[in-house]
Amino acid sequence: MSTPFVQAVASGSIRSGTSVFYAALGEVIVERAGMVNLGLEGCMLTGACAGFIATAEFGSAYPALIVAALAGGLFNLVFGFLVVTRRANQLASGLTMGLLALGLTALAGNDYVGRKAEGLGHWEIPGLKSIPFAGDVFFQGDLLIFGVVPAAALVWWLLYRTRWGLHLRTVGESRTAAFAAGLNPSRIQYQALFAGGLFGGLGGAHLSLSVAGVWLEGMTSGKGFVAVALVIFASWHPVRALAGALLFGGAVAFQLQLQARGADISPFLLDTLPYLLTLGVLLVWGRRRQFQMPGGLSEVFEGTN
Amino acid sequence: MPVQSPRNPLLILLALVAAMSLALVAVACGDDDSGGGATTLVVGALHVGSVKDNGYNQAMHEGLVDMQKNVKGIKLIEAENVPESADAERVMENMIQQGAKLIFPLSFGYLDPALNVAKKHPDVKFAHPAGFKNADNLATFWSDTTSMAYLTGIAAGKESKSGKLGWVIGFPIPNILTSINAFALGAQSVNPNATVQVIVDNAWVDPAKEAEAVNALVDSGVDVVTMIVDSPATVVQTAEKRGIKSIGFHCLCVKSVAGKGWITGIGFTWGPLFTKYAQDVINGTFKGENTIGSLEKGYAALADWGPNTNADTKKLVEQVKADLIAKKVVIFKGPILDNEGKVRVKEGEVADLGDLLGKTDYLVKGASGKIK
Repeated sequence: MSTPFVQAVASGSIRSGTSVFYAALGEVIVERAGMVNLGLEGCMLTGACAGFIATAEFGSAYPALIVAALAGGLFNLVFGFLVVTRRANQLASGLTMGLLALGLTALAGNDYVGRKAEGLGHWEIPGLKSIPFAGDVFFQGDLLIFGVVPAAALVWWLLYRTRWGLHLRTVGESRTAAFAAGLNPSRIQYQALFAGGLFGGLGGAHLSLSVAGVWLEGMTSGKGFVAVALVIFASWHPVRALAGALLFGGAVAFQLQLQARGADISPFLLDTLPYLLTLGVLLVWGRRRQFQMPGGLSEVFEGTN
Repeated sequence: MPVQSPRNPLLILLALVAAMSLALVAVACGDDDSGGGATTLVVGALHVGSVKDNGYNQAMHEGLVDMQKNVKGIKLIEAENVPESADAERVMENMIQQGAKLIFPLSFGYLDPALNVAKKHPDVKFAHPAGFKNADNLATFWSDTTSMAYLTGIAAGKESKSGKLGWVIGFPIPNILTSINAFALGAQSVNPNATVQVIVDNAWVDPAKEAEAVNALVDSGVDVVTMIVDSPATVVQTAEKRGIKSIGFHCLCVKSVAGKGWITGIGFTWGPLFTKYAQDVINGTFKGENTIGSLEKGYAALADWGPNTNADTKKLVEQVKADLIAKKVVIFKGPILDNEGKVRVKEGEVADLGDLLGKTDYLVKGASGKIK
């Protein structure tokens, strides 16, 4: 009754990678607009918590997804007030907002710890599901898993094929140039943050409403930071963010599947695999990244503000 | 565009940090009054997570509530989500300022902070779970989860069709490895071919990883899974989603979130022990000893059976439980080999439970998983 190893890793990669993918996708939008949100972990937690509370209250996970997305968006708007309106340091604001969300979600979600909520339903596509290998890997899952490819395509289209996307990327390259061209950089940055927050919230909700099926404080355990790293790996491109998230999810699944099959490798070493892989990819791609990095980010990183 | 200089970003950050601390403190200090009557004893308790986690912390909390019911006039101060760091010392000091004379630092990592505070306050008594160091005013306690795990192993061995059983654990520490070994020996006593596969999560709390660990076990053919992580809910629910059976740990309450695949579980019943500690403090007879429960003395129990557990399984487990109490069955009786073929308990010898709980660094034959 065992599943072939490659198929099991592929399925696990999608299950574990989905939450990180949505978060990274949101961060792509934010960073394309010239900001870095290190509070992404907090944005995910906010979505995970709000989504779980809403599911418990409404009795269904689907309206709760809207609540989770909006909560993530709202979180990013607060971040926007700090870094866009008040021009506070982005890195410090992001980290602090992340810690703030850790505390606030622990408080808000405290009554919901240990509650059982009907999470996202498991769907199978009739016909396609029976294809060997591909059926089990690609044609079953929940709404958010099926939404991965459309979401990546949507964000790609928004960024590269719409006027709004052009404006957003212009602001990301240089607020000054965008201002001179008659744009309102602050408004566009707020919009980017809100859109990014929607995805970050959904990423968190996938953890609490599908993967784990529970709410626990701090349950994202660093996935937000991984997502930030993946955005750099993806050189700020939505479709490459999908590849990165699947790679990370695959590494998580790979190490657990190896353990489940009694591999003779230390679990502590295996546990570092997803992070080693992320680091390795960053190293290999590091040299190319300057050409694709939105110009505005150099201000954030190099402090030439 | 001229860049507007931040008027006072530091102030904003400070305000945020203040808000954050407030939020944490609000979580940390849920007071609970004894309600009416004079206060005879103020008791403080530190939890590493939420007391509604369906797991470790909830079992501890239920023990405290039981104690409060049994001893009149107890004022209970509970703090949740307390980090296992110097923060724990501050929380304990704060409880002492509020008059606490008995403190339960209820997580393994609170041992050193508790010993520090205990040294400074000889008049305050402490009771710590699974601690390996004592002081005159710091007692340690645990329960006999080893015998319980042998019993759940029997249940798993009887209920499994594939003979492949799975464990998800936070960290491979000796007392957990002893439970896994007892579980494997129990399963092998009813199905000599039964195997146990262990996955180390490297975290006490990481529900997403716990879920994926269960998925991996199911993918490898496991059809009964159990765990020692802080909150068993995710493991039990993922097992249900994948259509396999599960056995709980820590809290008898796990059954409430389980489905039709639930077999049974091990749950702590700390009430009587915590009650005794409180009475000892009031009577001035508290001793900094190590107390370990047993099958007959209690502090742990088997959870209610699941709806689809076979009658044979239930009967056999009850029978073996009686045999264990009567010493007709001895779990760690040689010869016991580890999974590399090395003799760990010689023929004719019986391993000392204290040694096992403190030193086990191997898995028995038939159990696999790297633990180093």
